[in-house]
Amino acid sequence: MSHRLPQGGRLIDKTRTVSFTFNGQKMRGVAGDTLASALLAEDQMLVGRSFKYHRPRGIMASGAEEPNALVGLGRDARFEPNQRVTTTELFEGLEAQSQNHWPSLETDIGVVNNYLARFLPAGFYYKTFIHPRPFWKYVFEPIIRQSAGLGKAPKDRDADRYEHFYAHVDLLIIGGGIAGLQAALAAGKLGKRVLLIEQTAHWGGRAPVDGIELGGKSADAWIAATVAALGKMKNVTLRNRTMGAGVYDHGYALAYERVTDHAPMVDGPRHRLWRIRAARIITATGAIERPLSFAGNDIPGVMLASALRDYIVNYGVAAGKCIVIATNNDDGYRSALVAKEAGLEVAAVIDPRPAATGDLIEAARSAGIPIKQGMAIAEAQGGKRVTGVKICAQDSDGSTGEVIACDAVGMSGGWSPVVHLWSHCGGKLIWDAAQACFRPDPARPPLSHDGEGFVFAAGAADGHATAAAALASANAAVGAATGHAITTRLPKVAEAVMGDLAPIWIMPARANIQKRAKMWLDFQNDVKVSDVQLAAREGYESVEHTKRYTTLGMATDQGKLSNINGLAVLADALQAEIPAVGTTTFRPPYTPISMGAIAGEARGDIFQPLRRTPMFDWHVAQGADFEPVGQWRRPYCYPRVGEDRHAAVTREINATRGALGLLDASTLGKIIVKGPDAGRFMDMLYTNMMSTLKPGRCRYGLMCNENGFLMDDGVVARLDEDTFLVHTTTGGADHIHAHMEDWLQCEWWDFKVYTANVTERWAQVAVVGPKARKLLEKLGSDTDLSAEALPFMAWTDAKIGGFEARVFRISFSGELSFEIAVPASQGLEFWETLIEAGAEWNITPYGTEALHVMRAEKGFIMIGDETDGTVIPQDLGLDWAISKKKEDYLGKRAQARSFMDNPDRWKLVGLETLDGGVLPDGAYVIRAGRNANGQNNVQGRVTSTYYSPTLDRGIAMALIHNGPDRMGEVVNLTDGKGGQIKARICSTIFFDPEGEKQNV
Amino acid sequence: MLLLTCPYCGVSADETELSPGGEAHLKRFGPGSSDEDFEGYLFMRHNQKGVHFERWRHTYGCGKWFLAARCTASLEVFGTYSAQTPEPPKEIIEKIQAKRPDWSLT
Amino acid sequence: MRHYSVFAIVKEAMGYHQGWERAWRNPTPKAHYDAIIIGAGGHGLATAYYLGKNFGITNVAVIEKGWLGGGNTGRNTTIIRSNYLQDPSAAIYEKSRSLYETLSQDLNYNIMFSPRGVIMLAQTEHEKRGYLRTAHANSLQGVETRFITPREVKELCPIIHLEGPRYPVLGGLWQARGGTARHDAVAWGYARACSAMGMDIIQQCEVTAIHRENGTVSAIETTKGRIGCNKLGIVVAGHSSHVADMAGFRLPIESVALQALVSEPIKPCMDVVVMANTVHGYMSQSDKGEMVIGGGADGYNNYTQRGSFQHIEETVRALVETFPMISRLKMLRQWGGIVDMTGDRSPIISKTPVENCFINCGWGTGGFKAIPGSGWAMAELMAKGHSPLADEFGLNRFREGRFIDESVAAGVAH
Repeated sequence: MSHRLPQGGRLIDKTRTVSFTFNGQKMRGVAGDTLASALLAEDQMLVGRSFKYHRPRGIMASGAEEPNALVGLGRDARFEPNQRVTTTELFEGLEAQSQNHWPSLETDIGVVNNYLARFLPAGFYYKTFIHPRPFWKYVFEPIIRQSAGLGKAPKDRDADRYEHFYAHVDLLIIGGGIAGLQAALAAGKLGKRVLLIEQTAHWGGRAPVDGIELGGKSADAWIAATVAALGKMKNVTLRNRTMGAGVYDHGYALAYERVTDHAPMVDGPRHRLWRIRAARIITATGAIERPLSFAGNDIPGVMLASALRDYIVNYGVAAGKCIVIATNNDDGYRSALVAKEAGLEVAAVIDPRPAATGDLIEAARSAGIPIKQGMAIAEAQGGKRVTGVKICAQDSDGSTGEVIACDAVGMSGGWSPVVHLWSHCGGKLIWDAAQACFRPDPARPPLSHDGEGFVFAAGAADGHATAAAALASANAAVGAATGHAITTRLPKVAEAVMGDLAPIWIMPARANIQKRAKMWLDFQNDVKVSDVQLAAREGYESVEHTKRYTTLGMATDQGKLSNINGLAVLADALQAEIPAVGTTTFRPPYTPISMGAIAGEARGDIFQPLRRTPMFDWHVAQGADFEPVGQWRRPYCYPRVGEDRHAAVTREINATRGALGLLDASTLGKIIVKGPDAGRFMDMLYTNMMSTLKPGRCRYGLMCNENGFLMDDGVVARLDEDTFLVHTTTGGADHIHAHMEDWLQCEWWDFKVYTANVTERWAQVAVVGPKARKLLEKLGSDTDLSAEALPFMAWTDAKIGGFEARVFRISFSGELSFEIAVPASQGLEFWETLIEAGAEWNITPYGTEALHVMRAEKGFIMIGDETDGTVIPQDLGLDWAISKKKEDYLGKRAQARSFMDNPDRWKLVGLETLDGGVLPDGAYVIRAGRNANGQNNVQGRVTSTYYSPTLDRGIAMALIHNGPDRMGEVVNLTDGKGGQIKARICSTIFFDPEGEKQNV
Repeated sequence: MLLLTCPYCGVSADETELSPGGEAHLKRFGPGSSDEDFEGYLFMRHNQKGVHFERWRHTYGCGKWFLAARCTASLEVFGTYSAQTPEPPKEIIEKIQAKRPDWSLT
Repeated sequence: MRHYSVFAIVKEAMGYHQGWERAWRNPTPKAHYDAIIIGAGGHGLATAYYLGKNFGITNVAVIEKGWLGGGNTGRNTTIIRSNYLQDPSAAIYEKSRSLYETLSQDLNYNIMFSPRGVIMLAQTEHEKRGYLRTAHANSLQGVETRFITPREVKELCPIIHLEGPRYPVLGGLWQARGGTARHDAVAWGYARACSAMGMDIIQQCEVTAIHRENGTVSAIETTKGRIGCNKLGIVVAGHSSHVADMAGFRLPIESVALQALVSEPIKPCMDVVVMANTVHGYMSQSDKGEMVIGGGADGYNNYTQRGSFQHIEETVRALVETFPMISRLKMLRQWGGIVDMTGDRSPIISKTPVENCFINCGWGTGGFKAIPGSGWAMAELMAKGHSPLADEFGLNRFREGRFIDESVAAGVAH
């Protein structure tokens, strides 16, 4: 049984007890524990169930590579599924629940899959569940979904907060083991801006656990001294609990800091996402031990040899009382020695190498540990915990052999450098046959914007198995990354001399299929040696095919333990060399990072920037019903108590047409176009002639893109000989300004013109209705605003009621209308002044819907309604606004193409229903018959449809095939419920066709 | 996250400060041009896997458009230059050829 | 071809599955084929399959420079829907969707088509009108869709947050028979069926030149030698411009990176596909339990199959806003694919300036759902010279100004 040892544990403080619960059961650990060490100390060997077969799962590792021991942490708005117990620091009150079982961890119905495992090999679902057809959706898939998945879904809105940090550094060093520390020291001394990050809470990595001496001191002492020295360097920043998550193009990197996961009682963000720009990056990310593939290698109690050692040295926790170590390399002996020193029984070290020798092997032998050379584990025995191993010769089929009783097995298949971060952005790997691992190929690094490699590997991540080589490589990496000679001294290293490993991928070598079907490669996803071999047999030969067919390496650990072993088995099955088979692609993040951290602070009200007009707060105070328009929010209408939207809009329109309405038009785009060539430029931008516009006058214009389609419209005012003020749609302001700059800078750079987007400098109010002029007169103006002095489509500067203003006689409603711009800072005051002065005419603020209805009553088009990016001005009967005189304007050539220069197009008309009802939004005009693809023919569509309070009936505009030639014709439209509605084609102008109301 | 240097303000900018604008050095064809020329100008693109001349705007910076020579396979940036340049400048071409002797302007 | 069934599995289980045969042969190329398809992705394999199935043309090779299904077929978010606005799009996507309905049975390979339903959220008044319009259009196109209320949205997808402070959900366009499928299985199922018809799927074989005689295609040069053909189909998303260049013509295409990500797997919590175009994100839950998330494409040419983190960030932000519970899920993996964007964002299935050389490309961000329909149309085009499903998607439309623009209704996500 696993238990806490009476002594030892370099990271824990036994004097401080920490209480937590696992599946509701109260348990106790000590300060410094991880959840994994605390569970093992409580003899909780069984911690979860595997994904497919629901087999019992125990703790396999001691770090980020853990595939099995995943739990749900916390509750309610702080519940999080799939947390690795090995990277969860214990805190008082922690609540953990095991996953993927029903009804309980001990008794899981899903384990039936385990008994059926023989019928559920890799990819079985591709070969069955095919008939009967509806069963997949309604029977099989729901069962599979329920059985799959891991943790429970969180239900509530996250109660925690997250933030982003930005850092710009010369050198980012990922990994705070001895290589990372040495690299930081060397780079720090060069005066470089250095950021050193370490994913765990502790500096120094594995060196202290491996019993290495540095500079004549213990590794712990050297680490403490080095961290202290780095802490004094102002140019070096150290962050622990911060994982290098991803490396992206041109030296962009992400780090994931778990700020308060270990201390939820502390106020602060839970996670912090670091967005780092690094000129160069050093990956000192260490190496991960590989499991060995023998039958039963997934039974709880079987774990990585290094993890077994970590728990003893770091946490004073033993995974068992009687240990067996299986190893194909010398490092595994370290675990045997550590266990022995801790007073545990080490029943055997099983080493498939026939005659390996070395410091560690000799030490083990002198310590009295039985060493079985040339031997293998034929199978591990046990159910929910391991009870023993049957051993046999490695060069055998494992059918016979003695059983050694034990309650924990440590296995070591060698070490794989952590090359993920090297590879994320295109760094290539080479196969190191001596160590049987892939390591970074320094000749093919990821390239930065300058074409130079920007990632350098150091330490075990670069394939260095000894501390001495790791430290030397750190200096070398800093030298290569900075181009400086490194003079920082390396500590003298005292460490064991190691022999070569034997690349053993399955044990025993000639294991039969029954055994191979019990050798786990991917512990979480239940992929076995036999599955990979099946994939190869069926032709899923590419490593990507095998991965996808078997799901090898696709679990939450992303194959940190399984990939190389799986690859080796595949290569063997294909009779190919491992490097020829290649690896799958390493994708960010290194380990999963929270969506909350990625989203950062941008949620709720600050999800996106909110643009407000100067009068925004007034609208809010009036209870306006808002709609989002781009990043603006505009009042849709201003409902009064008891009014719905429809009633409010009707009231607003009637009040405006009857007397006086007020619209906040500040969101309208306003762009200044100025310069000696402004007129020439305007003539290219607009389809109509703008250069002939007189100062003091306004003109409605259309803007097309180079592809001929109508993109924006609006009123242009000529401010003076050199200056135009362009009004755009609300949504158009920014992109039309960008469009202008594009053409000015990239095509007509000889034009002497500049532009400025002044949208937010002005508040703009439309004063609309028969009493509009009366209101302005009441306020008092220093300028004559009469119809004679300021006719329709003229503008003037004026001082109105004390406000410096620019007044435009333009109308989008068909009413007498003044659009008045005042400086934004005075917008609210001006608006309130108008509201107060207009009370006697029942002045009524109106929203976007009333605006839309009134313009539709007048047959004015709306960009985005009558246009959708496929409509040209000619379709809308706007030929009058297309200059025939101009040689060129944007879109002119495009409109000459055969499909556009064709009278046979859908064109804008009005539609009225026969009974006065309102046509549905988006209705299509039906034509008899079907097309070659069996679709009903159509001949047009509704672009705008409203109830008109003015006319008390439905009005609509539509694009209809040859529409203007078909006035009075009745057509059939879809009603949206499977039926049809009839409507008559009519003029688009439903109200005041002569324009008498606006011209007063 | 690409890094490009704006030739106007000299800032080495993250791509989030910039807006991409597609292939550079397109010759505009207006009224009177052939259908083929116009189609070529508006739609046909080299879309090289390799050295690509392209437009960028320093949108959240100085607002200027500029041009860049960038490899679409390695993402190496060979240089950036003024948007008011009808064809790739000699020094940019030399810079590319110094690194890729086999490359020539098509 | 060995028939797949539960009985076959039980039988093989007795022998520990040592008796399964290859799903597809690994042939060496012949000197000449009636038709060659370049590209063994979903579209290329489907083209070959329907050439055989519908037109009896089985002397076919599918040439693949990497491994079959290794491009965008294996990199997408597996959404299948046909609620398109424009007639030509609705026709081909609905043909495709209906072929997906029976594809597992047709191929005797479970591609796990799951018609769980797709909602496209309307989050502005403008977007709502657009989807209302699409619903009307779909009703005439034989595509079953319906505009649903916010309440119905919530019933179908309980984890959604309707009252976001910025973009409240105003309803959605619902296609009940849209859904997802297992993307790799689509390529594998077609490959197995093609191989069974005697077609040669030649992997690890890169095309280096396309030979023409008097303006007609005659052969291709590959890393495995010269192979003659009567007809050639180029179906190489992500490399279309490059291969077209070998045949001597240019395309109205730019290749950009599109990204996706998955969360760690969790128990079932979302039974439908949701697309939120205003905030640029879409999400569904795979059978494995991962939340599968797709987002926006970069705006610059890129062949690296990876993209910028900013798009991941924007997408996740949007989805945390739409589905607040995902905040405490973790991103497991992100990846990118190279998509071909055309001038009107609609695909090209077309004859080319080279006689007997056909091209299928430009599916942009929406290719997976189109695989069966695209293969069907491409096969018909190659066999007969025209296809009602393909005719509107010709290359000539750019010159004529006759575009098929779906952005009208669909926003970014295809």
